[in-house]
Amino acid sequence: MNVTIIKYNAGNIYSVDYALKRLGITPVITADPELIRKADKVIFPGVGEAFTTMEYLKAHQMTDLICGLKQPVLGICLGMQLMCRYSEEGNADCLGIFDVDVKRFIPQRHEDKVPHMGWNTITDLKGGLFSPALENQFVYFVHSFYVPLNEATAATTEYILPFSASLHKDNFYATQFHPEKSGSVGEQILKNFLNL
Amino acid sequence: MLAKRIIPCLDIKEGKTVKGINFVNFRDAGDPVELGAAYSRAGADELVYLDITASHEGRKTFTELVKKVAANISIPFTVGGGINELQDVDRLLGAGADKVSVNSAAIRRPELIGEIASHFGSQVCVVAIDANWENGEWICYLNGGRIPTDKRLFDWAREAEERGAGEILFTSMTHDGVKEGYPNEALAYLADTLHIPVIASGGAGKMEHFRDAFRLGKADAALAASVFHFGEIKIEELKLYLQREGINVRI
Repeated sequence: MNVTIIKYNAGNIYSVDYALKRLGITPVITADPELIRKADKVIFPGVGEAFTTMEYLKAHQMTDLICGLKQPVLGICLGMQLMCRYSEEGNADCLGIFDVDVKRFIPQRHEDKVPHMGWNTITDLKGGLFSPALENQFVYFVHSFYVPLNEATAATTEYILPFSASLHKDNFYATQFHPEKSGSVGEQILKNFLNL
Repeated sequence: MLAKRIIPCLDIKEGKTVKGINFVNFRDAGDPVELGAAYSRAGADELVYLDITASHEGRKTFTELVKKVAANISIPFTVGGGINELQDVDRLLGAGADKVSVNSAAIRRPELIGEIASHFGSQVCVVAIDANWENGEWICYLNGGRIPTDKRLFDWAREAEERGAGEILFTSMTHDGVKEGYPNEALAYLADTLHIPVIASGGAGKMEHFRDAFRLGKADAALAASVFHFGEIKIEELKLYLQREGINVRI
């Protein structure tokens, strides 16, 4: 299977690469539109800041490319947020694949620390990324902005408030958490994506 | 609900784990990758690899090790030891580490914290503080607890947070190795005054000590080395114990 990781000015690309290699897949890491378009599966990872990253994607003509992909696409963390309409992080206009805006966590109590960092559970699972056995399992999060619950929500996590741990619409899948850092649960989710 | 984290710490010298390990079923008990993988399977939530090598050659060996850990282990890990400048952070994150911990270098040049936070994000910057309880004060130390400074724990932790630290890893030199529990009062004070997670380190001897660090010390995570390395506490059993005690942990 031909799996492509979209290469851009973001961190975290290599941990996704390592995670796929542990599953026996050697992905192609590239910014080449042709290679990305003809891949069987595309992964859009990301750790970074929304506005700067969107500017980079626009400057490199990558926005239409990503929105126009027809094969299964998996956005991870910032990748998922960039697939939404707009982000409060840097007031960034994003790709608009998911019709929802990204908001900043507002702590309600002293214990509510931002970023939301560590292991938390996923519930109300829907769609092809999640097998039933993954309900209530722990996955690893690091983020300061969140996607509210909406009609594309495919998994829910509660921190300060219930938010979208995963989104799904047509061929686009996304996780707020890092499957590549979520032990055996994350491996199962990546396997499920590869098997779509 | 966000889980409390259990973090084994591995001291590395010339690419090998330093402390003796009495685990069975190991091809090479000194292999940090194998040990980290075993901890990950046992339910560790994160790992810390601390490079205690001083030489330049040792640093290169450590970077190679970080690459191997990243390739083989599917949970987050922090690396520390000998991080003095942004270039060190870039090298270690580039090798696949999720976070770096800075200690002496941040005390010597506190601007380093802000530089790491603005280049890579606060979430990668763990500020480690070694402090000893002396005459009614927590005195911060440099160079692995060898050199006292004029910094005090609570002030320095607050400054580190303001400068952009993502987490505070507090090791009590007073409690470390004594195995009579973590410094829960100091931990609770840190938790009540800071807005970033606090990792308790130094003093674990029994499972109850972890419970108390979470319940009384309000810590977000607890780190330990020898009780895990020597098999005195098994992470699987510790997690089940903490769950029975009503603490939210990842099982």
